[in-house]
Amino acid sequence: MQLGAYSFGDTQLNPDGTHRSTAEAVRNLFDAIVHADRVGLDYFGVGEHHTVSMPASSPGAMIAAAAAATDRIILGSAASIISTDDPVRVFQQFAVADAISGGGRVEITAGRGSSVETFPLFGFDLRDYDRLYAEKLDLLMTINGSTAEDVTWSGSVRPTLDNLAVVPRPVGGRLPIWIATGGNASSSARAGQLGLPISYGIIGGEPHRFAPLVELYRRSAAQAGHTGDNIKVSVATFGLIAPTKEEALERFYPGWRNLNIEMGRLRGWAAPDKRQFDIQAEAPGAYFVGDPDEVAERIVQLHGHLGHVRHFLQADHGGLPQEYLLESIALLATEVKPRVERLLAAK
Amino acid sequence: MVSTIGILGAGRVGTAIGRAALGAGYAVNIAGSGAGADIELLVDIVVPGARAMSARDAVADADLVIVAVPLHKFRTISPGMLAGKIVIDTMNYWEPIDGRLDEFERDARTSSEIIRDYFPEARVVKTLNHIGYHELETDGLPAGHEERRAIAVAGDDDAAVAVAMQLIERFGYDAIYSGPLQTGTAFQPGTAIFGGRHSADELRAQLALASGQRPLSGAQLA
Ligand SMILES: NC(=O)c1ccc[n+]([C@@H]2O[C@H](COP(=O)([O-])OP(=O)(O)OC[C@H]3O[C@@H](n4cnc5c(N)ncnc54)[C@H](OP(=O)(O)O)[C@@H]3O)[C@@H](O)[C@H]2O)c1
Repeated sequence: MQLGAYSFGDTQLNPDGTHRSTAEAVRNLFDAIVHADRVGLDYFGVGEHHTVSMPASSPGAMIAAAAAATDRIILGSAASIISTDDPVRVFQQFAVADAISGGGRVEITAGRGSSVETFPLFGFDLRDYDRLYAEKLDLLMTINGSTAEDVTWSGSVRPTLDNLAVVPRPVGGRLPIWIATGGNASSSARAGQLGLPISYGIIGGEPHRFAPLVELYRRSAAQAGHTGDNIKVSVATFGLIAPTKEEALERFYPGWRNLNIEMGRLRGWAAPDKRQFDIQAEAPGAYFVGDPDEVAERIVQLHGHLGHVRHFLQADHGGLPQEYLLESIALLATEVKPRVERLLAAK
Repeated sequence: MVSTIGILGAGRVGTAIGRAALGAGYAVNIAGSGAGADIELLVDIVVPGARAMSARDAVADADLVIVAVPLHKFRTISPGMLAGKIVIDTMNYWEPIDGRLDEFERDARTSSEIIRDYFPEARVVKTLNHIGYHELETDGLPAGHEERRAIAVAGDDDAAVAVAMQLIERFGYDAIYSGPLQTGTAFQPGTAIFGGRHSADELRAQLALASGQRPLSGAQLA
């Protein structure tokens, strides 16, 4: 199983609680990706987010830079909000990064985004939410699936492409395209029908409860005649690894609390509840926060339910000190990974 | 006695409520926006035991209807279908998720009152909107358990409210009546109750606090 990290960028906090610069957050994210490559992590996902606290707005640019500075790690968006972007541009940016990487290390994960700030930002109407996503995904797949540079496509959300060149082509002919979902059953069915790999973002609850969704995904794929390597599952959750569970909790909780206070203010939630955190931070909760033994065990346990091929963790939010992020990434690659492999082999 | 529940919406909330209802012993009909056949596989796997139907069929023999469609789509439900039914409105006007909806921004009524007025012959109750859908299934506990959570219920029709409260209790929660539908403002997005976790006493206290803050209605002034 591949292990990885993902991030939306995490703007550091001043002692008085105000935000430091978003440029620094971008630089930290870049450094974390390069570090992840050095310590041997399999995957790094860059989210698309447009807030001061999480400013990773341009995964394509970040991944292109990271592609030049890394050797082995797989780089992907987690996810690209294609509804409010131009799929031609998204494809081009990732194909450029793919070329820079030498080929085969760059992926696109297409999603809708869990919040709607990209709609006013890029001038789209939320009433078109479903249609924008469906058509733009179709266009992205059409470009990716094309055997030639020239692409023809028409739809209602974007001008027609009539035999126009979309370059560069990926080194390996195609880019892997994943579908991101937060657990809406019809998204699982749709990803299966399209024959695309699926990436579950599990931000709460009990992750093993996603098993029926995975089954729906696999059966929808089989019904549509899709088999083979492309039918696979990845899982993204919160998580942080430290030498001990106690340290992991201590390091992760303040950022989680900050994030939830901010989200609560923005989204009208009640104040964060420590009880909720404590439940989520223990098996079978959704936060993979602990020492390498525990996190490895919980990933393998979840694998028994979901059969996922990749598990990747978001540790940095709410101003997690960069050194903790880097240590978590190193432990994930050097301590959790061998344990996961051992446990899976023993099954 | 309610034995069959019809759920409009087979999304995150609709399927979670469907499983909770099956677990509590109810028969469940569930519908998306299209034909029953479109969601048959989905329902078989994700809400095993429920019947996938069109919206019209799902509500036809239901003793209680749950509306769990995205708020901006409520007008795609034909109001005649729900005449005479007890209807639970689980929907929220939640700007960060729904975007800015002028029809709700510009209206002095609460979202559930707008829904009630759109379904004039239905007996609308607002509840199940302030608990996360994934918690609904995992957090239910037997009556009397010291950690049992509470869920608020608002509605104008006493008998309909009583039926909804019984459902909440069977899901494993203390049901707390907040008052007429307009008191639903106390547990909408942006309140201390929304998304929080409360015992019955804590919830009552929050509701009392909120009712102190609510402007008095004309009747109360007179
Ligand atoms: N997030 C929470 O924890 C939470 C908790 C309580 C309440 N809520 C509220 O619950 C509501 C639903 O949210 P959700 O996350 O479940 O949405 P969702 O996952 O997008 O699902 C919406 C469902 O409604 C269906 N639908 C649309 N129009 C319909 C119609 N006319 N008749 C029958 N079904 C129809 C859709 O079917 P198609 O796919 O066929 O269009 C889809 O199955 C929202 O108003 C939300 O605010 C959310």
